Amino acid sequence: MGLGALGGRLSAVDGLTMTKKTIRTIPQQRAAMPVQDPDVRIANFREVALGFTLEDALVECARCLDCPKPVCVAGCPVGIDIPGFIMKVAAQDYRGAYEILSEANLLPAICGRVCPQEDQCEGVCPVGETLEPVAIGRLERWVGDRAIAEGWSVRPYIERNGFKVGVIGSGPAGMACAADLAKAGCDVTIYEALHEPGGVLRYGIPAFRLPNEVIDAEIANLTKLGVAITCNTLVGRLFTIEQMLDEMGYDAVFIGSGAGSPKFMGIPGESLNGVLSANELLTRCNLMMAGKFPDYDTPLHLGRRIAVIGAGNTAMDAMRVSLRLGATKVCCVYRRTEAESPARKEELHHAQEEGIEFHWLTAPVEILGDGEGNVRAMRCLRMELGEPDDSGRRRPVPIEGSEYEFETDMVVYAIGTNANPILGQTSKLKLNKWGYIETDESLATSMAGVYAGGDIVTGAATVILAMGAGRRAARGIKDYLAIRDSEAVYRPERTGAEGSLFGIDRAERSFSRLRVA
Amino acid sequence: MSGFPIVAREDFSDTTFLLEIRHPAMAKAARPGQFVIVMTHDHGERIPLTIADFDRGKGTVTLVVQAVGKTTKEMREACRAGSALFGMVGPMGVPSRIGDAKKVVCVGGGLGVAPIFPQARGFKESGAYVIGVVGFRSRDLVFWEDKFRACCDEFVICTDDGSAGIKGLVTEGIKTAIERHPDIDEVVAIGPPIMMKACVETTRPHRIKTTVSLNPIMVDGTGMCGGCRVKVGGKLRFACVDGPDFDGHEVDFDDLMNRLRRFAKEERWALERWAEGCRRLTG
Repeated sequence: MGLGALGGRLSAVDGLTMTKKTIRTIPQQRAAMPVQDPDVRIANFREVALGFTLEDALVECARCLDCPKPVCVAGCPVGIDIPGFIMKVAAQDYRGAYEILSEANLLPAICGRVCPQEDQCEGVCPVGETLEPVAIGRLERWVGDRAIAEGWSVRPYIERNGFKVGVIGSGPAGMACAADLAKAGCDVTIYEALHEPGGVLRYGIPAFRLPNEVIDAEIANLTKLGVAITCNTLVGRLFTIEQMLDEMGYDAVFIGSGAGSPKFMGIPGESLNGVLSANELLTRCNLMMAGKFPDYDTPLHLGRRIAVIGAGNTAMDAMRVSLRLGATKVCCVYRRTEAESPARKEELHHAQEEGIEFHWLTAPVEILGDGEGNVRAMRCLRMELGEPDDSGRRRPVPIEGSEYEFETDMVVYAIGTNANPILGQTSKLKLNKWGYIETDESLATSMAGVYAGGDIVTGAATVILAMGAGRRAARGIKDYLAIRDSEAVYRPERTGAEGSLFGIDRAERSFSRLRVA
Repeated sequence: MSGFPIVAREDFSDTTFLLEIRHPAMAKAARPGQFVIVMTHDHGERIPLTIADFDRGKGTVTLVVQAVGKTTKEMREACRAGSALFGMVGPMGVPSRIGDAKKVVCVGGGLGVAPIFPQARGFKESGAYVIGVVGFRSRDLVFWEDKFRACCDEFVICTDDGSAGIKGLVTEGIKTAIERHPDIDEVVAIGPPIMMKACVETTRPHRIKTTVSLNPIMVDGTGMCGGCRVKVGGKLRFACVDGPDFDGHEVDFDDLMNRLRRFAKEERWALERWAEGCRRLTG
């Protein structure tokens, strides 16, 4: 890298921070995210988005207007001080940027990759009214990656309070809750049913979107806070929540077990071999490494022509995994249109680039067999958009007489999940009519000392919303255990002329001087 | 974590062996009818195995394994007393309902012989009259006869070749029991799907409640993958969280048997490749 060029840009950044930045003075073009070429990446599991260079990051920092009332912070489910960390990057204090990020978010390298920023911080960024918004997510990822590369971790001074808290599930909700409670001084143990920690980050999100090393690094940060993680433990069956509270000495319990139970449509032919849930496909590939069968023992039996039903993030992941494992043709079948697709824009765009065929306004009505118990084709109906439904999206209605056969030998369902029944079966927790756990505002459940958050409360949502819920539940648990608020971060006032008022340190401005005899 | 220690192993025949694994919490929690998922090593697959016995005093769980595929044959070679399993999670599934039945027939065949034992013992402890019917191919494959005799009021062994007990399938044993006892409240059958199908067809004309334990292909065992979905009474159910026990008269066994063939090609390939590797190592 040409240091001279970089130096020039840096002084420009410094210059901008002195004079007031306006929409006209900031770089107009958003820094482009370097990506692996689509033709190359469909044959490997390496990450698609390669991450910003330092130069890219500094350009994006220069595009932040450092608004006096930053709406992006309000747009973030965990309330990251976004201008704060961006200004630290601009000032080349990367570690400082990481410290600001990790006050609100334990997993910046993960959230920078998987958050739907277009609906959150970037969606409300004022720069986005005229230009493209500041690439907050990519900056977050850049700082998170830098922290992993440099081995930074934030280990605050922790004063033990003697409380023992159990966390069920090592996914994003459980991790966020555990981190906050550990920082507050609780003795935290996370129980995970699978043999590896990470929950949906591990079994759900494929490596080309979220590499395993990133998950490992973020989990290592959690254990550095003193959190114990016990895998191979199915709470509810090995021991119940009641036993945790009554016999095992836990003062409080957080449930972040996720939604997870896959939905099927109930159309004929669903039990044919070759029909499976996206959860199963992704678990086999991401957690069990079925792509490396027979070196790994878990098989997949991938089809050649694959139809994935649904158009959310899970559908995109299932399609792109299938493509990388060698499917000749992968199709997305969705009964609405691209505009209604719930996937992250970037994922949809990447999937299109990779050559996935999109069949919008198409609804399967039957899966047809080959006479030997395997899938041969699907019978589909063409749809058109009618009146808006409860979700505000226009309801798809079938076009009469439009039935046709869709050739495929593998059908993957990615149409959402139901609540996992295990904790409901084994405890007295109050559930709602869909089987999700009922909670109040502070995420307290019907059992004293038991809190819940994430998909098991809301139904399938995003990683960051689960993390937000985990943090909210941690606050609830701290209130319940009467632990002093540990979230207010003590930051020393700036020293020198800047930090003083008429020569008196700002921190001392309301002090009165006492003479001690 | 260094895994789950195997404290004892006993071989019943060339293919069937018993592993006793130390896991005090699981020994305490386990109930008849539940299963575990084990992984032998970090490249391994997660396989469901029904809990054959548990000893709360010793803090151990017993599994009986039939070496039929790559993973189970590998277990036969690698799992010794003193070694450890890489992963074991459970007890999974809804425990069997040991209800108020006064007279029950507990039927086990093949890999179902071991898991029917805790059920028979459970019924005996709840005060029922227990008739045990177990099936083997021949006399030299028979195991746990003494354990069954200790908890069954009547005990019948069926062998394919008649070398022990009565000659014929377990359905013969059920028929004899039904003839002798018109007041049977429940039949519990565990074994290969084809055997369980035959059992439910035997009891259907007599309208005797028949519970079966299903063994479909699973990955996580926590209700997350949907691979273990079975058709029961025309409805989709997940064997790992809704079962594994279901009303046998409602189960679509043909559907189950087709779904068990899902990875037939891969299973054959993995086994051949593994056997080839073993030959190279030993030859």
